[in-house]
Amino acid sequence: MLLSIKNLHASVQGKEILNGVNLEVNRGEVHAIMGPNGTGKSTLASVIAGREVFEMTSGEILYKGKNLQKLSVEERAREGIFLGFQYPVEIPGVSITNFMRTAVNEIRKYKGLDALSASEFIKMMEEKKKLVEITSNLTNRSVNEGFSGGEKKKNEIFQMAMLEPMLAILDETDSGLDIDALRIVANGVNKLRRPDNAFVVITHYQRLLDYIIPDYVHVLFEGKIVKSGGKELALELEERGYDWIKKEQVE
Amino acid sequence: METTVQQSITLERMVHLFESNRQVLASNDTALLSEIRDKAFILFGKLGFPDTKMEAWRHTDLKDSLERGYDYYLHPLPEEDVQKVFRCNIPHLDTAIIGQLNGWYVSKEVPLMELGNGIIMGSLAEAKKKYPALVDKYYSRATGDTAEVFTAMNTAFAQDGIFIYVPAGVKSTKPVQLINVIHHYENLFLQSRNLIVIGDNASLSLVHCDDSYNQQASFSNIVTEIFLGENAFLDHYKLQNLNNNSTLISTVYFQLEAAANLESHYLSLNGGLLRNNIRVLFNGTHGNADIYGLYLMDRRQHIDNHVFVDHASPDCTSNEIFKGILDENAHGVFNGHVLVRRNSTGTDARQTNKNILLTDTARVNSKPFLEIYNDDVKCSHGSTTGQLDSEALFYLRQRGIGEESARMLLMFAFANEIVGKIAIPQLRQRIEDMVKKRLQGELQICEQCVLHCSTPEQPVEFKIDMSKI
Ligand SMILES: Nc1ncnc2c1ncn2[C@@H]1O[C@H](COP(=O)(O)OP(=O)(O)OP(=O)(O)O)[C@@H](O)[C@H]1O
Ligand SMILES: [Mg+2]
Repeated sequence: MLLSIKNLHASVQGKEILNGVNLEVNRGEVHAIMGPNGTGKSTLASVIAGREVFEMTSGEILYKGKNLQKLSVEERAREGIFLGFQYPVEIPGVSITNFMRTAVNEIRKYKGLDALSASEFIKMMEEKKKLVEITSNLTNRSVNEGFSGGEKKKNEIFQMAMLEPMLAILDETDSGLDIDALRIVANGVNKLRRPDNAFVVITHYQRLLDYIIPDYVHVLFEGKIVKSGGKELALELEERGYDWIKKEQVE
Repeated sequence: METTVQQSITLERMVHLFESNRQVLASNDTALLSEIRDKAFILFGKLGFPDTKMEAWRHTDLKDSLERGYDYYLHPLPEEDVQKVFRCNIPHLDTAIIGQLNGWYVSKEVPLMELGNGIIMGSLAEAKKKYPALVDKYYSRATGDTAEVFTAMNTAFAQDGIFIYVPAGVKSTKPVQLINVIHHYENLFLQSRNLIVIGDNASLSLVHCDDSYNQQASFSNIVTEIFLGENAFLDHYKLQNLNNNSTLISTVYFQLEAAANLESHYLSLNGGLLRNNIRVLFNGTHGNADIYGLYLMDRRQHIDNHVFVDHASPDCTSNEIFKGILDENAHGVFNGHVLVRRNSTGTDARQTNKNILLTDTARVNSKPFLEIYNDDVKCSHGSTTGQLDSEALFYLRQRGIGEESARMLLMFAFANEIVGKIAIPQLRQRIEDMVKKRLQGELQICEQCVLHCSTPEQPVEFKIDMSKI
C-alpha cells in the first residue's frame, strides 16, 4: 500500500476541518475525491503534503509504510509526494527553469544521485514540455507570474512530469481549463501513470474522469469521506448533486 | 595651508576652517563660483547640522557620525599605490574608468580628457580653469536654492570632483565608470562635487561607485549635479559598498529638460550609515524618470533613501521602486516625496517601497507620499514591510527544495526585480553574483571591483541567519 490514512483529524487556527478521514491508496490506482465547496478537500491535500499551518490533531498517515508526521514538507516531496495546487502561487523573479533545476537536483541529492548537468537538464525539460504540449517559452518566465489560469494548471502538470512523483495529488487541476487544455492535462497524467505510482485527483467535474478513469471515487463531506464507489459514483453525483448525500448523512 | 586633524565635525570647526582657508578653497573658482561659494557658506552657517527633531532627519541620527574625530585635507594626499587601489574590473566590461581617491581626481598627468567626439571628462577643479564658461553655466544651477545643509556645506567647501560633458547629439558608446575610493590610515572627512552635463539628444551610461578601501572610519559629503538636455538619455548606476564605519551623505540632483529620459539604479550593498538624497526636477514636458533602489543591510547598518521628484512640468512620468532586505539590527528609511504642481497635467507618478525584515530587531520607517495640486494625474504609492511569503515558501518546499534554499531563492527573487533592471549585461551579471554572495554571507568587500577593488583582508559579514527568518 502506498498511502494509508486512518481517522485523520486536522485543524487550522483551532478550527477543526477534517474529522476522521480514512483513505487507502495502492500503487497503480487512481482515486478521485469530490465534494461540495469548503468541505476540506484542499485541507486534506495540504495535510498530506505537510503544510505546517494545519495541525494534525489525531489519526495517522502512513506513506510507503512510514509515518509521515515527522517528515518536513521538503522531505515528503523528496520521498515522492507531489501536490498540484488548486491555486498555484506566483513567484516573481524565480524562473521556472531555475526553480525546476533546484528542485530536481535537491531531490537527486536526497536520493544520493549526482546533479544533472546543464545539458542533461535542458534535454529533460524539452522532453517534459512536449509531454504536456507546452510550446511557448513559458519556462523562461517567472513561476506562474502573469500566467493565465489554464497555463498555471499546465505548469503544475509540467512540474509533476519533471519530478516523477510516486503519489501525485492534483487539486482541481481541471478547473478553468478549456477542452483542449483539459485533454492535454489528462493525457499528461495518463502518460505518467505507472504500475508503481498513484494519483489522487480532486475535482468538481465528472468531465475530467472521462479522460482520467478513476478506480475509486470518494465523497468528502464536512471533513469526512462519507461515500466511496467506482467511477459510476461520479456520474451519479453529476446528475443528482450532493443533496441526497447530505440527507443520507442526516439519516 | 591648514589641515585639521581628528576633530569632530561641528559648525565651529567648519566655520574656522572656511575663514582661515577661503583662498585655498576658492583657488580654482571663477568669479561666479566664488560668489556662489560665499553665499553657500552663509547658508550653511544659518542652517547648521541637523538633528532628529527635523522632519527630514527624524529617523537618521547623525550624532555619532559627526562626533567622531576626522582628518580634513585641503589638498590631495600623496598616493602610495594608485594602481593597487584601482585594480577594479568588471569582467568583460569595457568602460572608461575615472578614478577618485578621497574625493580628488587621481590621474594628475591628464587631469582632463578630451575625447574625439567632444566628450570631456576629468577633474572638476581643472574644468573650472579650462572651461570656465561651461562650468559657470551649470554649477549649482540644479541645487538651486535648496535649503539643505549638506549641499550648502559642500558648495562652500568642495574643491574637486568629477566633470563630465557630453555635447549635444553625442551618444557615448562605452559606459563611464566613476570610482570613488576612500583610503586613508586615519579617520577621514571628505567632500567632493561632481558636475555632469549631457547635451540635447545626447546619451550616457554612468556607473558611479562609492567604495572604501579599508576599515577606517570616514564621513563623505558628496554632491552631484546631473543635467539632461532635451531628449537626452542617462543610464545611471550608483553602487555603494563601503565599510561599516563609513558615513556617506550622497546627494544627487537630476535636472531633466523636455523629453529627457533617466534610468537610475541605487544599489547599496554595504555601508555604515548611508543617506541618499535623490532629487529629480522635470524642467520640461514629457520627461521620464525611473528610479530603482536595492539595499541589503545587516548588523547596525543604516540606509536612508530620500527621494524627491518635482513634477514641475506637464506630461512627465516617474516611477520609483525601492526594495530592501534588512537583517539583525539594520535600519532602513524610505522617504519618497512626489510633488505635482498646479500646471503639471498629464502627470503619471508611481512610488513603491518594499522591505523584508529578517529579524525582530531590524526596522523600517517607510513614508511614500504624494503632494498633488492638480486633477489630471495618475499617481500611486505603496509600501509593504514583512516577512517572506509563506505561500511561496510552501510551494517551493513542496517541490523538494529545502527550506534554506527556498528562502534564499525568494530573497534573491525579491532583490532581482531591481537587479534585473540593470541594462548593462556584464554589470547585471556581476551585481547578481554579488547579491547572491551577500545573501549567502560570502561576500568579501574587496573581492573584485565594480563595487570594489582589492584588499581581501576585510570581510563583509552579511550572514543571514536562516533560523531567524
Ligand atoms: N489557512 C486557513 N485558515 C483558516 N481557515 C481555513 C484555512 N484554510 C482553509 N480554511 C477553511 O477550511 C475549510 C475547508 O477548506 P478547503 O480549502 O479544504 O475546502 P475545499 O473542500 O478544498 O473547497 P473548494 O471546493 O472550494 O476548493 C473552509 O471553511 C476554509 O475556509
Ligand atoms: Mg479546494
